[in-house]
Amino acid sequence: MRLNGRFGRFGGCFVPEILVPALEQLEAAFLDAQDDPAFASELNGLLANYAGRPTPLTKCRNLPGNIYLKREDLLHGGAHKTNQVLGQGLLAKRMGKTRLIAETGAGQHGVATAIVGALLGFQTVVYMGAEDVERQQLNVFRMKLMGAEVIPVESGGRTLKDAINEALRDWSSSFETTHYLLGTAAGPHPFPTMVREFQRVIGREARAQILDQLGRLPDGVVACVGGGSNAIGLFADFIGDERVRLIGVEAAGKGLAGDEHGATLLRGTPGILHGAETYVLQDEDGQVTDTWSVSAGLDYPAVGPEHAHLKDSGRAEYVGATDAEALAAFRALAVNEGILCAFESAHALAHALKLAEAEPDSAILVGLSGRGDKDVAQAQVLLA
Amino acid sequence: MFDRLGSEGAFGAFLMLGDPDLETSARLLDAAIEGGADMIEVGIPFSDPVADGPVIQAAAQRALAAGVRVGDCFALITSLRARNSDVPIGILTYANIVAARAGFIRDAAEAGADSLLIADVPALEAEPFAREMDQAGIEPVLIAAANTPDATLARIASLSKAYTYCVSRAGITGTHAGGQFDAGLVERVKQAGGPPPIFGFGISRPEHVRAALSAGARGVICGSAIVDLASRQGDVASFVQSLKAVTRNDSVAE
Repeated sequence: MRLNGRFGRFGGCFVPEILVPALEQLEAAFLDAQDDPAFASELNGLLANYAGRPTPLTKCRNLPGNIYLKREDLLHGGAHKTNQVLGQGLLAKRMGKTRLIAETGAGQHGVATAIVGALLGFQTVVYMGAEDVERQQLNVFRMKLMGAEVIPVESGGRTLKDAINEALRDWSSSFETTHYLLGTAAGPHPFPTMVREFQRVIGREARAQILDQLGRLPDGVVACVGGGSNAIGLFADFIGDERVRLIGVEAAGKGLAGDEHGATLLRGTPGILHGAETYVLQDEDGQVTDTWSVSAGLDYPAVGPEHAHLKDSGRAEYVGATDAEALAAFRALAVNEGILCAFESAHALAHALKLAEAEPDSAILVGLSGRGDKDVAQAQVLLA
Repeated sequence: MFDRLGSEGAFGAFLMLGDPDLETSARLLDAAIEGGADMIEVGIPFSDPVADGPVIQAAAQRALAAGVRVGDCFALITSLRARNSDVPIGILTYANIVAARAGFIRDAAEAGADSLLIADVPALEAEPFAREMDQAGIEPVLIAAANTPDATLARIASLSKAYTYCVSRAGITGTHAGGQFDAGLVERVKQAGGPPPIFGFGISRPEHVRAALSAGARGVICGSAIVDLASRQGDVASFVQSLKAVTRNDSVAE
């Protein structure tokens, strides 16, 4: 490896030996592409003319305080995920791979991978927990419409972490022809660094937009954290702005006092899962525990290692929002601003609303990572 | 062990500790020794075993569902060691299990294990673990795969002690190697000066043992086939005996 892949004590490359050459090849392709203007030009062209970048920065008109929304919900595919699947898709081409594999929870990353598979001409296979396949029929159909094969994973708890396990197992025997298009800024090096760089565009745009609209930097930048890709993409260009508070919002689920949440940084302990040293929700023996969140995208027992480092170094703060708080924010955004956001993004907004109440003069930038169409059916039941 | 066996190939039997419960697990370990296994590899179950195929995954799930804890696994090793003073015992587990328990490596050594292989710790990340193992008196085992470059094999050779766990083909445990074992890998491991090469992954029949030894390995480890047989209440001792017999008939190429 050319980079050390560490964020303080976190990160690293904890995979079976057989996968190390595949990760080295990926790191080399990524670093070479970073230095290649033709790569940047092709990626930027796709981001602008296919995916719809730049996305707007919207100042809320009716919600209290000064809340600015970075509108990744308006990106093609309906979420920030499209930014990085385009980047990884082009890298896979560069490496001469013909097949993509991916994991997905609720199906958003699976849909994003199916999009890039169709666009760039890959055979695409998406691993999805059998439980999630049953719950997310519409996304399964979307993936199939775009030509992807969806494989239900029956092992373990039949959810996202088991889908990642299965994708890693597939990759162990297929890496010569196959790129594993991991969906977030987690996993073994180089994924956390590479995915951050492909998502950095969110914060780069937002920083310029808020300087333009407000004339100064925001007081706080708030994003939801599951694996952490939209948050790290939004935070990255603000890390050097020491007076800007960076706040990650985890899924507090049914409450942090119990076990039914996905608050890895708040309630987990350092461990090693899915290739990286990071915070993990686990028991005393190191067995990974089940998580809960109303939003499938935050329902993950580990977290990107850079967030673990930002937490321990104190540069970012991490808080929780419960299912109920997120649902209230989801409804408030719909009623007041006419925007249906993803349940994941509603967690960030829920915390921003608390801040706006405490400090009405603060300017708060919120990562609105995805649109809420996928959650409308569930909202209909939950808000009835 | 390799000195004692001379030109005979070593046969390692793998079982998942606590599968399907502690009592049965202890009996299965004894059956493998009774069948003539030269060494015993024991898995400490982990909830997310990414290097394992369906058979070993299911074994870990059964153990965890039975409530088996890491401490119970050490107790099984301690009693196995008490019943068998000589047989080498190696542990196979995952990094999070090792990281979660302060003193895991020391406890493993004290229980009587001779070696430790951490499936998701490649050579790149192995140094701190290997150092701690050296201090505790337990031997590090690393995996060498067919696609592992020579520079990494050299690192593996310098970090590992007991044997070199060779994986002939890409994949996970239980992957069928189709009886093909990579003599080139064995040669490269020897060139790198690593500890004796042993083939794992895809050993389920006598002809696989023969082919692995013909490829120059000093031994084999059979896992999924034994675990699968045990889960169907098969005769583990006889099965081990049938595979071990091959290592006596075919002497190891010098």
